[in-house]
Amino acid sequence: MKPKLAFYWCASCGGCEVAILDLNEALLDLVEKADIVFWPCAMDFKRSDVEKMGDNHIDFSFINGAIRTSEDVEMADLLRKKSKHVVAFGSCSCFGGIPGLANMSSKKEMLERIYDTESTEERAVFPSVKFEFDGEILTLPEFLDEAKPLEEVIKVDYFIPGCPPQTEQTLEALDSLLNGRSDKKVFASAKSVCDECPRQKEDKKLSTIKRIYEIQDDGRCLLEQGIPCLGPATAGGCGARCVKANYPCTGCNGPTQEAIDQGARMIASLASALGIEDEEKMEEKKVDELIDEIIDPVGTFYKFSLPKSILKKRWRDLDKSKTIGGRS
Amino acid sequence: MSKITIDPVTRLEGHGKIEIFLDDEEEVKGAYLQVPELRGFEKFCEGRRAEDMPTITSRICGVCREAHYLASTKTLDSAFGVTPTETATKLRELVYNAYIFSDHLLHLYFLAGPDYLVGWNAPKAERNILGVIKKVGKDVGKRVIETRAKVTKIIEILGGKPIHPAFGIPGGVTKGLDEEEFEQIKVIADSCVEFAEFTYKLFKTSVFREVDQEGKLETYYMGLVDDKDRVSFYDGEVRVVDPEGKEFCRFGFDYLDYIKEHVEPWTYVKFPYLKPVGWKGFKDGKDSGIYKVGPIARLNVAKGMKTKLANEAYKEFFEEHERPAHFTGAYIQARAIELLQAAERIKELSEDKTLLNKDLRNPDLKTPSRGVGITEAARGTLFHDYTFDEQGLVRKVNLIVPTTQNSSPISMTVRDSAKRYIKKGVVNDGILNRIERDYRTYDPCFACASHFIPGEEPLELILRREDGTIFKRIKRGGA
Repeated sequence: MKPKLAFYWCASCGGCEVAILDLNEALLDLVEKADIVFWPCAMDFKRSDVEKMGDNHIDFSFINGAIRTSEDVEMADLLRKKSKHVVAFGSCSCFGGIPGLANMSSKKEMLERIYDTESTEERAVFPSVKFEFDGEILTLPEFLDEAKPLEEVIKVDYFIPGCPPQTEQTLEALDSLLNGRSDKKVFASAKSVCDECPRQKEDKKLSTIKRIYEIQDDGRCLLEQGIPCLGPATAGGCGARCVKANYPCTGCNGPTQEAIDQGARMIASLASALGIEDEEKMEEKKVDELIDEIIDPVGTFYKFSLPKSILKKRWRDLDKSKTIGGRS
Repeated sequence: MSKITIDPVTRLEGHGKIEIFLDDEEEVKGAYLQVPELRGFEKFCEGRRAEDMPTITSRICGVCREAHYLASTKTLDSAFGVTPTETATKLRELVYNAYIFSDHLLHLYFLAGPDYLVGWNAPKAERNILGVIKKVGKDVGKRVIETRAKVTKIIEILGGKPIHPAFGIPGGVTKGLDEEEFEQIKVIADSCVEFAEFTYKLFKTSVFREVDQEGKLETYYMGLVDDKDRVSFYDGEVRVVDPEGKEFCRFGFDYLDYIKEHVEPWTYVKFPYLKPVGWKGFKDGKDSGIYKVGPIARLNVAKGMKTKLANEAYKEFFEEHERPAHFTGAYIQARAIELLQAAERIKELSEDKTLLNKDLRNPDLKTPSRGVGITEAARGTLFHDYTFDEQGLVRKVNLIVPTTQNSSPISMTVRDSAKRYIKKGVVNDGILNRIERDYRTYDPCFACASHFIPGEEPLELILRREDGTIFKRIKRGGA
């Protein structure tokens, strides 16, 4: 019997769906080897079709997107129940991803801003999950207090990071999962993006931090040119594609295997590049100045991994977004 | 009173759900499309570094990522008061046209294609790309897939990653072309034009007569035009025509003088309209500020296409149809015509040797302030508007995306189609898919629209009389 697959999106951009479509010829091979039983982006099966399935009917459910609403939780629960294996597909599902940056604001602050833009009319009603009309109660799916990785709401068997996962990562995972050779739990390289980067490293210390638009790129390691490139803290497997386009790694493949926290690992790499580990030799003022040059550390170092990071709890407790993220 | 639910809506981008309400006579009383998602980009972009905005906003939508990416990069140009170099502008435009080509191809074959090439009434399990391949033959199917792969390669060559590129900076791009890549793109460009011609002919012979010509909304139209008032995707001036096709206004950086977003006390979704005309409810016509964006809107506002084959198809289209074309099925035809322009423009650019020049960055950046970037995404006019502090950190973000601008017309189309197809409460999978087909023609992107929409809009619950007073409110989820 052919294995049965499902693809579903929670709070996502759809890029992970296109990544599956972009398997191109390999997608045609896939549908020869497996039956796709649910895939709203490309097929007409509905939620009720999934509800009718027996438990463990689906062999592998690939779920992308962060968990953002109570509906996302419901669908994750439903697919967990109907599937033998669940795969967190893409960085939103693995780490929270870009929508996870929302965890720096409270729900109230988010909604207030959304209804008070330059182009909106005066805000009439503040959204809530419960309305009462003519004596009848009307409820809405809850917009959760924070964005979460999939693992926080259901058990996840495998992880394929990337924003979106690159074709070679996805093919490797599909091949080993469908053939029962799944010795890996995380389908990313054990090495870092730096290991796949063709740029020259001279191990020179930095004297200043720069912005990508401030340099005339000379082809050397971007970090050594002063750009906070997340290569050292980020798992490889992506082919260092961004760096090959002369653009710094923004960390979309998530932390390297030995790093518990992507941001912390990057800060350590940057401190080392700045020579801050020899700080006894430096004037305190100079150290402060260098650190001060890193503006928006959260957005820079945790762009794709905030909900999964060690900072997570702190943001939850603080709820003072106005003083977080900038240099206040 | 009973209710029919389509959940989730399928073969489009993002989350959606349709609720149809029947009255005591089992006739359609109201039908609403809901978008149950929120991510909140306007808020979490605050405090970010300017250079991170293209990377972050690209994740509004993984299908139209280049539209957001380059609208965002253009916003940085505007905010830093810099004109990108000529080479950078051409390279960005090349990526942009590759994106339009790829996205239109996706819609024509993968998303809408099954409704026409396989049939809206075909069994559910066949209404997908595999059904399309079965219908048009494996060879054609293979060509669709190969051509999409090739055009994606252009984006990968210039932007690093094929999905969510990484190359845009204020004043330019980080990556240029070498001779080998230039030659590679030239070959790809030829196959794009060839396949666009094939697709146009295929759709002309087997799809155009199938599209719905009865569902009509006589609205205003908006789209970017170049200096000769031709359809333009990457750059240009916004032109708006009224329901009779007369020019109503032109604008750009000052878009806030022309667009307002209506907020109803009973719903979360925003409904953009033309500020000088005003909001008159869910009505079409000259007195209502509702407008459409996207392929047919662009054809309606322009005086022609930029390229030869596309322009011939454009002329042919308006010889057959009144101008402006108000029928919703026209979106499909317009999309096939635009596919030609995107392919021909890729070819024109691919033959331009100056693409090899090394002037990729204009370093003459001013202190950043407010910037506005406007492009034509595959689905319509896209506005990014950021305000920065003097260090280049985001203070404020405003985004107006295509599907949000089409939210009123889409809602009206869902309502009208439900009324047309559901009689005496008779529904089946085919009828429901026919309703989906009619608004799918807009190629709605709920990933884009839900960059802000919080929760589920309670639209489904409120049935109003003509005068706007509430006729009935129903508890959500109750059948």
